[in-house]
Amino acid sequence: MALLEVNGLKVHFHTRDGLVKAVDDVSFSVDCGETLAIVGESGSGKSVTCYSLLDLLPKPPAKIEGGSALFDGVDLLTCDSTQMRSFRSNDIAMIFQDPMTSLNPFITIGEQLIEPLIYNPDKSRTQTRSAARLRAIELLDEVGIIDPEKRFDCYPHEFSGGMRQRVMIAMALINEPRLLICDEPTTALDVTIQAQILALIKKLQQKRNVAVIFISHDLGVVAGIADNVIVMCEGTVRETGDTEAIFYRTQNDYTKKLLAAIPEGAKVMPSRLQQDSPMIEVKNLKTYFRDYGKPLAGARPEKRYIKAVDDVSLHIQRGEILGLVGESGSGKSTLGRSILQLAPITEGSVQFSGTEISALSRHQLIPWRRKMQMIFQDPYASLNPRMTVYETLAEPLLYHGLANAKTINHQVQLLMDDVGLARANLRKYPHEFSGGQRQRIAIGRAIATKPELIIADEPVSALDVTIQAQVLDLILDLVERHNLTMLFISHDLSVVRYISDRVIVMNKGVIIEIGETEALWASPQQPYTQQLLEAIPLADPKSERARLASAS
Amino acid sequence: MDASIEKIDEAGSSLWQDAWVKLRKNRLAICGLVVLLLLGLVSLLTPWIAPYGYEEQNLILGASPPSAEHWLGTDIFGRDMLTRIMYGGRVSLTVGLIATAVALMIGVLWGATSGFVGGRVDAVMMRLVDILYALPFMIFIVLLMVVFGRNIFLLFFAIGAVEWLTMARIVRGQVMTLRKQEFVEAAYSLGLSQWTIIRRHIIPNTLGPVIVYTTLTIPSVMLLEAFLSFLGLGIQPPQSSWGLLISYGVETMEEFPWLLIFPGLTLSITLFALNFLGDGLRDALDPRTSKD
Repeated sequence: MALLEVNGLKVHFHTRDGLVKAVDDVSFSVDCGETLAIVGESGSGKSVTCYSLLDLLPKPPAKIEGGSALFDGVDLLTCDSTQMRSFRSNDIAMIFQDPMTSLNPFITIGEQLIEPLIYNPDKSRTQTRSAARLRAIELLDEVGIIDPEKRFDCYPHEFSGGMRQRVMIAMALINEPRLLICDEPTTALDVTIQAQILALIKKLQQKRNVAVIFISHDLGVVAGIADNVIVMCEGTVRETGDTEAIFYRTQNDYTKKLLAAIPEGAKVMPSRLQQDSPMIEVKNLKTYFRDYGKPLAGARPEKRYIKAVDDVSLHIQRGEILGLVGESGSGKSTLGRSILQLAPITEGSVQFSGTEISALSRHQLIPWRRKMQMIFQDPYASLNPRMTVYETLAEPLLYHGLANAKTINHQVQLLMDDVGLARANLRKYPHEFSGGQRQRIAIGRAIATKPELIIADEPVSALDVTIQAQVLDLILDLVERHNLTMLFISHDLSVVRYISDRVIVMNKGVIIEIGETEALWASPQQPYTQQLLEAIPLADPKSERARLASAS
Repeated sequence: MDASIEKIDEAGSSLWQDAWVKLRKNRLAICGLVVLLLLGLVSLLTPWIAPYGYEEQNLILGASPPSAEHWLGTDIFGRDMLTRIMYGGRVSLTVGLIATAVALMIGVLWGATSGFVGGRVDAVMMRLVDILYALPFMIFIVLLMVVFGRNIFLLFFAIGAVEWLTMARIVRGQVMTLRKQEFVEAAYSLGLSQWTIIRRHIIPNTLGPVIVYTTLTIPSVMLLEAFLSFLGLGIQPPQSSWGLLISYGVETMEEFPWLLIFPGLTLSITLFALNFLGDGLRDALDPRTSKD
């Protein structure tokens, strides 16, 4: 018998809007030393499945309607709370998605690490504080924290995202669990860090022979790490099998759709770049922010700056899609905002069709604002929740005098057609739409003023992979039809390759490399670019496994 | 350009239209609204419909419990309580309305500007609020009364001028989180002016807490008026207000309980109605609550 056997699990949510079958008849099993990946888009029930195992769901509205989950012969779904607490502290551990919020900011990481050891409900397993400390330091070392004895007394904010996730892994492993549940553990991390964390999880698993359930929305991520894969959609299992079968002998249509949606390969659309006419010229641009953090010990108290963008020069040709890639903190978003004059420029100039817009006053800028627009990353935050779609789309048109009371209705309807939304939706509010539809509204607002330049800041990062593919195609289509020039900012190299004519690689505020997309992919000149390219997870188990093996 | 923005308001006043549709479906809120409108109507018509004059004394009768002639009894001077409560409503409702409106206007604009502009402007504006907080309220009112003479509308204004401070704080906190939202940055990149952004994007999103705080402000303003009147700074007997009636009622609570019960009941009903209406408004103005 396997370590965990889930049979016919059903979880329903009784909400005001009716019954939601979040998990509907899901069965799987996982044994020691095995990794099971549960893959699905948002709302597929993958997280609910795992949360129900540890009794972490809010009840009500959630209710377990049926099924069993035998862990070592004991049914997790019916055991009492004392037993559940013992399972949670000693046998089953969980790693959460966002390392920024899953650690308590007011307690040192050491204190958080030893908590499960010194407050263990099982009295025979509690340890003294000093023994726990030694154990914690040993583990911190094992997960790759440098100088663990010193770092033991540091607070979470003193660690980077990747380091925090390592601490979370150490915390999960400290009681030697037999089952580890990882809920999208690398989704919030940069691609190079993601590769390191995946290798670390694999290494620790093999060493300790634990069972791992790995939840992810990204088939590429699980290709290397999983032995078996379950594909879930709308609460039901669509396909299940060993990893190679899922990837190489795909049966189910939904799985095929998921695999096809992963952006892969070169741009298919011909470049519309016009060689001789640069639209945007950025010269020696610097954007610094005051650093109000604590100065280093011994340093004189003086004004210090964070150099978000440090001496960057670039140009964007009319009609081109310029990709801008970089990891978090590379300054890529700030560069985009600086070009649009949304972030205060410290030094340097930005020219738009020969006019130096960085020298214009707020008021002088208004006619230029019409010509350059922005698409934001988070479609949940970029739309005013109290404005209907109609108001959101009408505002730029009326404000810039591009429509009058007679034509406005018609123009807004045309915009809806443009971004592929039904006209009947105009009276709705943003919360009534899905993430992909919201991003379409945001795109509609950006193209409303018939701009020449659009800066898209991670426009598809918050979206599911199938939706991402649709929105990317919409963007390409609009670029073509409206003759747009675009700066496409993203951390996802595959997406950038799929959409851009040229690519800029940025790191720590400076440009590392600029090149034609395919040339850059074929032969990256800088080590940093090579590192980035190598870290992209591919939906190919064989090559991914080879890479993980070499990394660990 | 401003003319064209007005057109958006016209075409898209749908937040308010939708709110009205939703509010009408909320039975409690409509009950509250009806009660408040009735109270307002009665206050308006009081000089014509009151059974007695507010200063008509009957010293022989003295304090008498409710009877057929005096439905709610009489006070120690034999004045009809129903009449006094009706006249008191004129003062109390006006003070609640004017003082709260003043507090709302100053508080929301001050807080929104301070929070939105930020930096030095914010620091200066908020320090001013701190100073006013620190200033003893009584001294401020006495000073106003001394300089401008006793005037009932000045009193309303003075109360409003004190109550806006907390409102400004609340709105500022809200605005500071809203300011960093992407939809505000999107409005910037559309080239909208700061004032338009504050008016169209910021203030509508602060309505929830503002409405809740407003429904809390109205009763506290009414009681403040009673306190000031009690000290001789507000209205003077034989004129009356609910707050004044209650504070006199408390003194004679043990012998003549009806002198406390009836004004107290009237104030409570008003506050209930206000709270139901306030809750209904808050839900109606939030598009995220379901339409049914």
